[in-house]
Amino acid sequence: MGILDMPPGKIPQGEILFRGQDMLKMSNEERRKIRGRKIAMIFQDALSSLNPVLSVGYQLGEMFRVHEGMGRKEAKAKAIELMERVKIPAAKERVNDYPHQFSGGMRQRIMIAMALALEPDLIIADEPTTALDVTVQAQVMDLLAELQREYNMGLILITHDLGVVADVADKIAVMYAGRIVETAPVHELYKRPAHPYTRGLLESIPRLDQKGHELYAIKGLPPNLLKIPSGCAFNPRCPKAQDICRTEVPPLVPVTEQDGAELTGRGSACHFWKETIHG
Amino acid sequence: MGRYVARRLLQMIPVFIGTTLLIFLMVNVLPGDPVRALWGDKPPDPAQVAQIKHDRGLDLPLWEQYLHYMKGLFQGDFGNTIAGNRPILDEITQAFPVSMRLAVMAWTFELVVGITLGVFAGIRRGRIVDNTVTIFTLLVISVPIFVVGLLFQLYMGNEWQWITPTVQDSEDMGQLVVPALVLGMVGLAYVARLTRTSIAENRSSDYIRTAVAKGLPRKRIVTRHLLRNSLIPVVTYLGTDIGTLMGGAVITEGIFNVTGVGNLLFTSLARREGAVIVGIVTVLVLVYLLASLLVDLLYAVLDPRIRYA
Ligand code: SF4
Repeated sequence: MGILDMPPGKIPQGEILFRGQDMLKMSNEERRKIRGRKIAMIFQDALSSLNPVLSVGYQLGEMFRVHEGMGRKEAKAKAIELMERVKIPAAKERVNDYPHQFSGGMRQRIMIAMALALEPDLIIADEPTTALDVTVQAQVMDLLAELQREYNMGLILITHDLGVVADVADKIAVMYAGRIVETAPVHELYKRPAHPYTRGLLESIPRLDQKGHELYAIKGLPPNLLKIPSGCAFNPRCPKAQDICRTEVPPLVPVTEQDGAELTGRGSACHFWKETIHG
Repeated sequence: MGRYVARRLLQMIPVFIGTTLLIFLMVNVLPGDPVRALWGDKPPDPAQVAQIKHDRGLDLPLWEQYLHYMKGLFQGDFGNTIAGNRPILDEITQAFPVSMRLAVMAWTFELVVGITLGVFAGIRRGRIVDNTVTIFTLLVISVPIFVVGLLFQLYMGNEWQWITPTVQDSEDMGQLVVPALVLGMVGLAYVARLTRTSIAENRSSDYIRTAVAKGLPRKRIVTRHLLRNSLIPVVTYLGTDIGTLMGGAVITEGIFNVTGVGNLLFTSLARREGAVIVGIVTVLVLVYLLASLLVDLLYAVLDPRIRYA
């Protein structure tokens, strides 16, 4: 989206297609017009992601003032409307408050409201609930899911919490060391993972019916991103690893039923996906 | 807010009394006798010396002198000079506007040029602009101000004749430009460095990332989001610096012969006119205290997380 500084960030290859257009080929100005208007983002820590010295009303209204050319008053009215949409109580009185005067959950709602402001086609939410209390997490997630349906927009949810995605997502792409290792429709993934890493993740979710057992954990540590292992990045931690895993990078291939019947939307980047899903 | 201001104003009273007392004592332990100095090189007449001392209350014990002085001060009477017996208040009110003008001009340089340089250096960190600013400010900070002053005077005044080497008329703003530049130079360098660090630090903050993700134009991000947060430490510096500029112009005023407070302070010291020194310092302390109160109030305006009760 062009929000990282380049350098030091860089995109060595590939393309970012949005509505058929490669965003990497756009000018900065074209990209800027897409940001916020067509693609909006929600960040992890709302306290540091909101400007501490500007009122939330100002920060919300800014979307309308910049992208729609609205005046101050109009923008403020819109800001109040948005705050009501995300169920912030007493929105009218609180519109001039500053981020530090809100609770964590309320702040994250403001982030969501900001992303929703111009009814974008796509929202990218980067760990939107990690910084929140567990009870508040659920509320915020529900709100996000509800609004996503209501506005009928795309939602890319980045999270490490597989429990969170189950209710919200349709499709999951599991990533490891910066690469997609498995893709699947959400329920299929939970039922039949086709990659050892996914399996490990699922087994490490605490479950009520397994009380008393020690919680499973994938052995080893997450990879150092400066020293990603050769071959399959997961090989030092993988229980199924063979010699080939240390030398050859497994490509992301379509996953099929045992009889070869196609499984839509499924893919795995494991040399031994067959054994993993069917074995 | 009102209560906070009232409390701060009340707090000024002990600070005020303390500083005047200190200065009063320090001036009195200075070697040299202002009354004897009236005779210059000639031997003074002991009877006359005693007479003058008695008339001016200089033969009283120190604490009584101080009480007298403070009593006068609260009635707006700063006393009279020993040489010439002129009201000290007149001397101060003559010199003050000149220094004030000089300080405000120097301060404006610091503010405008310092912040501009700092912002550009901070945004383009590690590039040519940044390196140039860093080296320039380091140079300015490490070279003593009288060297800069004398160089300016030598080249602009004598060699190229852009200006008159010394200020002829301290009321003329135009003539004060170069002295103000010299005076504000060091502060300018500090402001630039402070701004640069602050901008560079805030630039990679989360809320700037958010501002970018919102699709705001670059200019708006810098002016509305980045600058406001980055200027908070700079404001503190600029606020306290106005006091320093007013009192710290002794050297600059000396070089360019500006007839301001610094000059008056210098000549009074040379003549051991204690009451004048105490008077000037008293006014400067007041300026200082008020400036720092203003800074604290401005702080709350810039940063809503700070609330005074
Ligand atoms: S490719 Fe090998 S190491 Fe990688 S996940 Fe599959 S079995 Fe494990």
